[in-house]
This record gives sequence, structure tokens and C-alpha cells, in this order.
Amino acid sequence: MRWTNGSRRAGVPPAVRSASPAPSLPPGGLFLIFTFTLVGATLISAILLSAAPPEKHLVVFSIAANYSLPLVQREGRVYVGLLEFLEPLGKVSAKLEGPHWRLRYNNNAEGVFQIGKTHARVQGRDADLSGRFLIENNRGLVPVASLPSLLPRFLGGPVTLHEASGRLFIGSVGTHFTAALSAENPPRLIFHFTAPVNPSVATEPGALRMTFSREPLVAPASPTLTFGNRTIPSAIYSESNGAAVVTVNASIPVMATFSGDGRTITISSTAAIATAGPQTTTPPVPGTAANGAPPTNPAQPGEAPLPNPAAPLPSPTRRYFAVVDASHGGDDHGETLSSTLLEKDVTVALARSLRQELESRGIPTLVLRDSDANLSLDQRAIFANTDHSAIYIAIHAASNGHGVRVYTALLPFDGDDRGTFRNWSTAQHASLPLSQSAAAAVAAELQRRQIPVRTLTAPLRPLNNVLGPAIAVEVAPQGSDSTQLTAPDYQQLVTSAVATAIAATRDQLGAAQ
Amino acid sequence: MIPRHLLIAMSVLLVAALSLSLYAWHVRGTVASTPIASTDTRPLAPPVAGPTERVTLFVAHDNDGSLRPEPALIPLPSGRQQRAEELLRAVLSIYLDKSSPHVLGSGADVRTVFLVDPGVAVIDLNSAFADTHRSGVLVEELTVTSLIHTISANTPGILKVKILVDGKERETLAGHADLISFYDVTAVNQLATQLQPAQ
Repeated sequence: MRWTNGSRRAGVPPAVRSASPAPSLPPGGLFLIFTFTLVGATLISAILLSAAPPEKHLVVFSIAANYSLPLVQREGRVYVGLLEFLEPLGKVSAKLEGPHWRLRYNNNAEGVFQIGKTHARVQGRDADLSGRFLIENNRGLVPVASLPSLLPRFLGGPVTLHEASGRLFIGSVGTHFTAALSAENPPRLIFHFTAPVNPSVATEPGALRMTFSREPLVAPASPTLTFGNRTIPSAIYSESNGAAVVTVNASIPVMATFSGDGRTITISSTAAIATAGPQTTTPPVPGTAANGAPPTNPAQPGEAPLPNPAAPLPSPTRRYFAVVDASHGGDDHGETLSSTLLEKDVTVALARSLRQELESRGIPTLVLRDSDANLSLDQRAIFANTDHSAIYIAIHAASNGHGVRVYTALLPFDGDDRGTFRNWSTAQHASLPLSQSAAAAVAAELQRRQIPVRTLTAPLRPLNNVLGPAIAVEVAPQGSDSTQLTAPDYQQLVTSAVATAIAATRDQLGAAQ
Repeated sequence: MIPRHLLIAMSVLLVAALSLSLYAWHVRGTVASTPIASTDTRPLAPPVAGPTERVTLFVAHDNDGSLRPEPALIPLPSGRQQRAEELLRAVLSIYLDKSSPHVLGSGADVRTVFLVDPGVAVIDLNSAFADTHRSGVLVEELTVTSLIHTISANTPGILKVKILVDGKERETLAGHADLISFYDVTAVNQLATQLQPAQ
């Protein structure tokens, strides 16, 4: 395009024109250059900004608050501000005294951190930070990897970190889910959640994706759930960038509908919903049912959040029927089963498998230690007691002996209860008969499945500190090969038997809950 | 002029001194070349004085996870506390044998046993006992039950037992068996019955 501005030139006297240096810019040239420069700068900025990696965040789920914190990369590690982390959870103050940074939380927990040191003193005890402590603008930065061992000292409860996905759970706040495929044609996949959920739903060819960015959704025992069906063959759980994602693979167009106050999501064929009419789905969208609008809530292509403001917030006093405790963890390795196998790793795998088995039988289950975290025996008992679950199951693994041992508490010699206060050492006393019948049911089911089993009492904490029914299951290989403990088939054989027995005694245990 | 007899005496003494020096050198070399016997770090118990008595020891067997009564003839002192210590040492001597049915780590020992009225026994084990103990619910339970059942079966009047390690409280024996609480002897005796081998 050619720039012409003759009308402006016409107003300039010839003498002045001849006196202008040659070649000269037209009077609008400066404006043209400025415009091109501005556009170019905008384009370059846009390209640079789009190429920059997204800022990393840590999403924290707790009973008190759910919040997100920015993460920073220092010395090849990911760091987070400790003061900022604790602020939403309670009263916290920090003071820098020379190289020491003193942090006080709720006036009862104090930590002293030293700049550049990889250890800190928290509550008078040494704490490993797995990296150097840093101070930036008076902000105390600790490696994110140190949070599972550091935070329980301040908060007094377990912390589970999913480091790769930037998700951290304080206490038993996780929302668990089960998935079951109906036998209809076309089939419906029904998700049941232990708390109301409100994911963003997106569809793409061959899949429906639900993104849970606000809910503390946690993984099932196996991240891939297979249903043996051609129409809906599988669902995959994954986590990334602070969110949990459940992707349902389907060979037909599907949509998601909500029911049960947001605790149930049904994935079904769009054709089936159209045929059945709006009565088949009851999404909790306020106003839609009242004004006669279709209550279906189909997933839209692309990221289309399903509005669900009527769904209550996750209840802080959520109750689980069963608490499964993966024994040991962190510094406590338990038995060294082989040169490459530690008891603490086997117990987590068994606990997850047991949760899957229990939840597939409709029993809401909490796994007390779902990562390699340090949990004291007292903390485990406190969690089991405050959760008021119907049964506490501690999982152990051993290389010695064959098959499975089921234990109930061997109560120590100790004082009596005082009024409504229970003696900590013998808190199990009142529930011992129920624990014994649960143990007997588990042993009978294992025996029915040809697994060698014994029932014994054992001086095994925290069984004696748990108020409700409590058993411990120690799994040993059937032969002399310890690697059988890691075999999914063997794990499932054992956990399936335990879950069946618990389900069979559900009424008895639930009555005592 | 030095007297002759003095010269002779001096010569004899010089020869004797040289001979002794050579002998000492030889002995030193012999000792240096002799291999030193492996050191046994176990504390040495004083010899027991007293008549030999027939007692029943309850011995753990790992192969079937059982606790079996085994009669034994051991010298026992007259003091009640010393008797309890000797009973436990007799059990440990079985476990310290490499061919034992329930092997404990070398150096495991009982430091002392305190019997406090009414009916309290405090067993103080050494750190080698706990530090070298194998980990596992059953294997630790067998050890604890073996010790408590043996001492209570042969020492009447014990109602509860506390286990210390090197004079201090320890949370667990090797990750499982509780050492914080006092063991109820009645409950442990019932457990010993559960642990009897299947007929």
C-alpha cells in the first residue's frame, strides 16, 4: 500500500519544501513507524508470554480452608513460603533474628529455621528440610518436599503431598469415589463420591473429561478403572497442576448428569438421555427444575463448567465406615522384606487395594497414610477416634510365616476409665468383642479362599488406643518368596477377602458406629 | 685392679641378661604372630551359685509361629530377683544359638530384672537385644511372650511386666511390639495359649 498525503503537503510553502533535507519522510511517516513498532512489540510480547511456562501453584485442601499458593524454583528445588502456607490455617507469626527465622503457630508450636541449613528445630526436635532454608524479602522458604514431614509438627496431624501435581491434603479431607457400570444397553457409568463435587466437564472425540479443581478428589486404588465393556471400556484418574482429572473413554457420544446433591455423576449415552426424557437426570442446578427448564446438564464441547452452586461445600465432618491404616511410613520402614522391598511400601499398596475393594462394595473408606509420610502411633489413633469410623484396619506385611495373621488388641495392664474419660492405653476395651468378631469374620473368609490364616491378640499399637472396633492384618507370602507381597493378584486375593468379610459384618459394625 | 671373682660374676650376669633379652624377644614375636580370638562383646554373667532346679522355659519357634514349653535343668540362686534373671538368661541362651528356632542377634542379654511389690516385674534388656531384633508383629510378639510367660510361670505373684531397653523406655521392640505399656500377665498367658502349636 502506498501512503499519500498530498492535501497536507499542499499547505507547505515551496521555499520550505526545497529547504527540507532529501530524502525526507512524509509528515505521516513518523506515525506509520510508531504504529508498526507498537504492533510489532505487542506481537512479540504476546509470543513471549504465551511461550512462558505457567506459574506453578500448590493447591492445599484442609478442613479449615482450600487455597492455592505460588511456588518458586530455587537451587533446583521447588520452594513455598511457610508463613503464607500456615496463615489460612491459624494464627501464625514469624521473626527474623540474625540468621534464625522463628515461626510460631497458634501459640503452641514453634520452629527455628536457620538460613542456608537443611535442618530446623520444630517443637524442640530436629526436622529434615530436604534442602536449604532460604529467606527472600523476609519470607521463609522451605522445599515443598519437606512439607509432609515438617507440617505435622505444627499442625499435629498427617499431611499428604502429591508433589508432581502440586496438591496437598491436610488431615482426612480427601474425597473418594467409586465407579460402577450398569448392565443396561447402552451402559451407564455411575460415579459415587463421598462428598458433593462440581467438576468442569469437557468432551472430545472418544472421551469425556471431568476436571476437579476445587475438590480434594483422591485416586482410587488403581488409576485406570477398566469395565470390560466396549461402549465404556475404561476411566482414567490423573492429576496435574493442582487438579484431579477423570477421563472416561467411550465409543459413543456421552454426557454427564448430576444427582444425589452432587455426590453422584452418571455418564450415559446422549441418545439414551434424549429418549428417556428429562426425568432421567436431576442435576442440582437451582431454578432449572422450578422453572421447567430441562434438568439435564450435558457436557459441552470444550471446557464447560457445570454450574452447581446448590451443592453444599464438602462437609468437614465427613464420616467413613472404614479407616485403613498403612502402617509405618517415612523414617519408619517397618520390616525390610528383601533388599529392595520395605514393609512401608507394601502396606500402602495393600491399603489402596483394600480401599478399592471396600468402596466397590459401597463402603466409604479412608486410607490414613496414602503417601510416604511419618505418622506417629498416637496420631493414627487420634485420627481413627475423631473420625468415628465403624472399623479401623491396620495393615502390616511380613516375610516370616505363611499367609495372613489377623490381630486384635492385647490390652495392657492399666488403670480404669475416669467418668466419661477413657484410659488411652485401654481405650479399645469396650469395643474388643466387636473387634474379635470382625477378626473372626475376616479369618473365616480368608480360610474360605484357601489362604492360611491365624487370629491372635497382639501388643500392637495403636489397636489398644482405638475406641471403635479395630483389627490388624499382617500379610505374609504363601511361600518363602517375599516378592509375592507385591503381586497384584495376591494383594487383591487378600484384600478382596477382607473387604467381603467387612461388608458381611457391616450391619453389626455400623450399629456400633 | 678388679678382683677376678667380680669379673666372673659380671660376665655371668651379662650372659644371663642377654639370654633373657633374647628369650623376651622370641616370646614377643610369638605373641604378635598368634591370631587374636574374635571378641565376644556379650556381658559376662557372674557364675550362678545354687542348686540345679527343673523349670519350664517357653521357647518361641518361628517355623510355625508357636510357643512351646521345654523343661530345663538350670542352677538357680535363692534370691527371687536373681532367679528371674537366670530364667531369662536360660531362654536367651537358647535363642543365641545359631541353630535356634528363634534366633536373636548376638550380644542380646538381660541387664537386670527388678521385682517390685505388689506383682510388678521390670525386665531391663540391653540395647543389642532390641537393636538386632528382627521386625514383624509375630516375631516380636513371640519374643515378648516367651520372656514374660517364662518369668511369670516360674515366679509366682507377678501380675504385670514392664520391659525397658538399656534402662530406658522404648516405643516398640523392633517396630511392632509395644514396650510403652505394662503387660498384663493374665492376658499374656492367654496369648501363650493361643500360640501353642496346633495339635
